[in-house]
Amino acid sequence: MKEFLLVFRRDFKLNGTPPSPEQSQNIMKEWQNWMGSIAARNILVNPGNRLADEGKVVNPGNIVTNGPYVEIKEAIGGYIIVRAESLEEAAEISKGCPILLIGGTVEVRGFIPMNM
Amino acid sequence: MQEKEILPHLFRTEYRKIISVLVRHFGFEQLTIAEDIASDTFLIAAETWGLKGLPENPVAWLYTVAKNKSRDQLKRNAIFEKKLRPSLKSESYSVPDTDIDLSEKNIKDSQLQMMFALCDPILPLESQVALTLRILCGFGIDEIADAFLTNKETINKRLFRGKEKLRSAEIKIIMPETGVIVQRIDAVLTSLYLLFNEGYYSSSRNNVLRKDFCLEAMRLTGLLADNGQTNNPRVEALLALMCFHASRFDARTDENGEIIRYDKQNTELWSKELITNGEFYLNKASRGTDLSRYHLEAGIAYWHTIQTDSPEKWENILNLYNQLLCLSYSPASALNRTYALSKVKGNEEAIKEAEKLGLNKNHLYHVLLAYLYKDIDESKAGNHLYLALKLAKTETERISIRKDIGNLQI
Repeated sequence: MKEFLLVFRRDFKLNGTPPSPEQSQNIMKEWQNWMGSIAARNILVNPGNRLADEGKVVNPGNIVTNGPYVEIKEAIGGYIIVRAESLEEAAEISKGCPILLIGGTVEVRGFIPMNM
Repeated sequence: MQEKEILPHLFRTEYRKIISVLVRHFGFEQLTIAEDIASDTFLIAAETWGLKGLPENPVAWLYTVAKNKSRDQLKRNAIFEKKLRPSLKSESYSVPDTDIDLSEKNIKDSQLQMMFALCDPILPLESQVALTLRILCGFGIDEIADAFLTNKETINKRLFRGKEKLRSAEIKIIMPETGVIVQRIDAVLTSLYLLFNEGYYSSSRNNVLRKDFCLEAMRLTGLLADNGQTNNPRVEALLALMCFHASRFDARTDENGEIIRYDKQNTELWSKELITNGEFYLNKASRGTDLSRYHLEAGIAYWHTIQTDSPEKWENILNLYNQLLCLSYSPASALNRTYALSKVKGNEEAIKEAEKLGLNKNHLYHVLLAYLYKDIDESKAGNHLYLALKLAKTETERISIRKDIGNLQI
């Protein structure tokens, strides 16, 4: 079994109206169920984190800009680490991710082993 | 209470108090002596009371005998020390404190300190639990062996090795400093949690003993919860969890000691008092931001105190299992989550998820799938039950699975 990073990206600028409290709660539930289903298979290595909207980008020449949404259309909203046999299997696991329901994407990446 | 029941009852309630105080007084290096004095005390009681009848105050009588025997022992120790090492310890040698304090406060203090000493990280978890059962709760070797479904030799070895370690590492029975309490409280809670589970889930058919294990775990957790130095939201959450589970103790087995499933239990037999206690401690546990596995499990147990099904109940339980699994995986939680999922999203959805669990060597996995398939595909349900029967480890489990097979219409 190998470990894979799943990176969740979504469009930062909300299209149309912000979700109602009820919608937010449903989205939240979807996430918890999806995470729970991964954890129930004992393949959740790290539940990761949700990232705050606010951020800064430090550019060459120490120029600091607000971001990252100014530069890239799809901002990182969070990540988790899972265990899978292969990249393909890790991609399969990502198929149920609720980020896909709101037009986001999941990027699946393996790790390069570090020789310390 | 009948006269002949009094001594066993006192042994249950008083032995553990006497032993904690004595072991603290003598130290782990003289653990055997302390154990001998405590057992002798009850032996003398059995002989004397059998001949002369019950004393007016049996507890005080036991305490006096334990004190006298300890004093004799401590004097012998002192003489031994004096004779053996006159040159080493010249005139500065002082007679040790020979007064054994069996006041309620000292008993509680000794038990609290003992809990932390027995959960010293040098001991493996199984020794911690065995020693806790033996020294803090006063259970017999055969009782401990019965609960762990193993033999006396194994338990004796486990206890012996544990005691050797406590002695050689010179573990002191003291109240640790606040910093150490914080570090070690999780180990203490784990051992109490196991002690409770040992009673609650053990396949041992000795119901009285199993209930005693649970009550002991609750009593010790209660000591932690009621002490300003040791109470924290985790302790309270664990106590709440225990109260909720224990509230069903009288409803969950029939007169033959067989388990009655949750949805078939007579709620009249659920203890309202324990449920109320559980709610009290769960409320207390909710202060602060700590959300431990005990909080989540207590939350799940809380929803189970309401037998009537509602979408709200199962959505909450599912959500709590989701969080619990993200915190720490266990096959039992994975299966229970899938059951909750079937209540929220239906059996077909739950079957899909169940088949991804990778638990097909677990008999409970097949019991669950049989349940989920029951109304969809009876022959599949049957197949799963036969697999479960093959994989089950104890007779109690097999009896219950055979009953399920009998209930299928095939």
